[in-house]
Amino acid sequence: MRRQAEYGRLGVVPGIELEEVVKSYGEVHAVRGVDLRVERGETVALLGPNGAGKSTTVDLVLGLLEPDGGRVSVFGRPPSEAVGAGLVAAMLQTGGLVRDLRVRELVELVASLYPHPLGVDEALELAGLSGLAGQLTQRLSGGETQRVRFALALVANPELLVLDEPTVALDVESRRDFWHTMREFAARGKTVLFATHYLEEADAHADRVVLMARGLVVAAGPPGEIKALVGSRTIRATLPGAGLDGLARLPGVARAERHGDAVVLSCSDSDAAIRALLAAHPEARDIEIAGAGLEEAFLQLTVGT
Amino acid sequence: MRHATYLRLELVRTLRNRRFLVFSFGFPLVLYFLIAGPNRGEDSLGGTGLSAPLYYMVGLAAFGSMNAMLSTGARIAAERTAGWNRQLRITPLPARAYVRAKVVTGYLVALASLLLLYLAGAVLGVRLPAHDWLRMTWLMLVGLVPFAALGILIGHLVSAESVGPVIGGSTALLAILGGTWFPVTGGALHAIGEALPSFWLVQASHVAVGGSGWGGLAWLVVAAWTLAATALAARAYRRDTRRQ
Repeated sequence: MRRQAEYGRLGVVPGIELEEVVKSYGEVHAVRGVDLRVERGETVALLGPNGAGKSTTVDLVLGLLEPDGGRVSVFGRPPSEAVGAGLVAAMLQTGGLVRDLRVRELVELVASLYPHPLGVDEALELAGLSGLAGQLTQRLSGGETQRVRFALALVANPELLVLDEPTVALDVESRRDFWHTMREFAARGKTVLFATHYLEEADAHADRVVLMARGLVVAAGPPGEIKALVGSRTIRATLPGAGLDGLARLPGVARAERHGDAVVLSCSDSDAAIRALLAAHPEARDIEIAGAGLEEAFLQLTVGT
Repeated sequence: MRHATYLRLELVRTLRNRRFLVFSFGFPLVLYFLIAGPNRGEDSLGGTGLSAPLYYMVGLAAFGSMNAMLSTGARIAAERTAGWNRQLRITPLPARAYVRAKVVTGYLVALASLLLLYLAGAVLGVRLPAHDWLRMTWLMLVGLVPFAALGILIGHLVSAESVGPVIGGSTALLAILGGTWFPVTGGALHAIGEALPSFWLVQASHVAVGGSGWGGLAWLVVAAWTLAATALAARAYRRDTRRQ
């Protein structure tokens, strides 16, 4: 009964809400006025390059940091209260494991702290750790450690799961398993917030992507939209005399800029754009096509902020 | 009891750390046999009327148990460096359950180190009336309370790299000024000693060698150190949430 009442209360408030949140470390302004709302049951990716303020935002959501200004709430209450009620679990980027415990014991420990944990065996199974249950934590490889941390987050069976760069130490196969499990978890109506600097992960696994750069939210929307925004390629060519307006109207080109004799075309479809460019301007030389890195894309998006 | 699993696994973990056990239990024992062993036939050490094995047993009991209690700080510092402390803070584990597990673990290690020294004393021929054993032990357990808080304080202030020297240094200083190795009599050193919890821990251990135990000053000093160290430890714990 008590649990139902709890759910009822949770239903009407967002999972996470940040309003004009500011956080500095001395001279470093890590978060400079972030508004962020994650609905209950939603899976949101926090995408951004290193130093964008993702980890600080995560620490604020978890109550590990207090904001200098603004307001943070989790299920309508202060983060520390939500954490104390066992509604939240997280995989931190720097969260190591304690030594001298076996994997199973560690999962058991965390399970014992939460009000509605999963079974220990189930969590081990989900994280692909059944074969390592008896291993001491200090004998695990980096990838195994990461899977144990995932098991610790899963066994808590929280309403909100927060993941900070969860796949950094994982190989390709473990990554696939990880996301598969995470999505099954999210499908139970759980709220998930994950921070990543991989565009593909945000694109493939989030309902909504929030772009962060230099401590600010610079864009937010469905993955496809964000991908088009930052996942673009650029064509660079020496092309003196060509009109920028004409170039910008070529199929697949989103924007054209001139740098001296060179033009730079930001493309939504670089294949179509290069064909059209060569058809219209066969004299184009020194052609380069490059995928814009996230950092570059962010810099373009944040010019002037 | 709530959070019993956390407490149990905290103990399991401590007992699995061999290096820690060797230092906490082995070091005072080796020291004892090295110092008291050769003089085991000495019945009146320096004219005190006390046998060498008894005199050194109570001295090392104070030193060993104090050291064992402060070693909580080393375990906490290691957990913080590994990032485990931050991980624990985002679980519903309340701070008081965390502190309780640390204190209970520290006390069990300290008690075990006391009992091992008593056993070693018995091996070298120490015989005491039952009520002397009990009174000495009880009073020392009370005298260890401020060290429980100091251990937690050190653990949340100092990094894993420097916690060894910090604990070693403070133990040595507290032991010398507290009169663990030789009595501190008269003058400024004595006045300083009387203001330290280690002094009263030693006095507690001296119950077994005819000491008078604790008077009002003793309780006052121990209570003041406990309150101050607890307040500082709570502050350090609250502030200590940064990524390492």
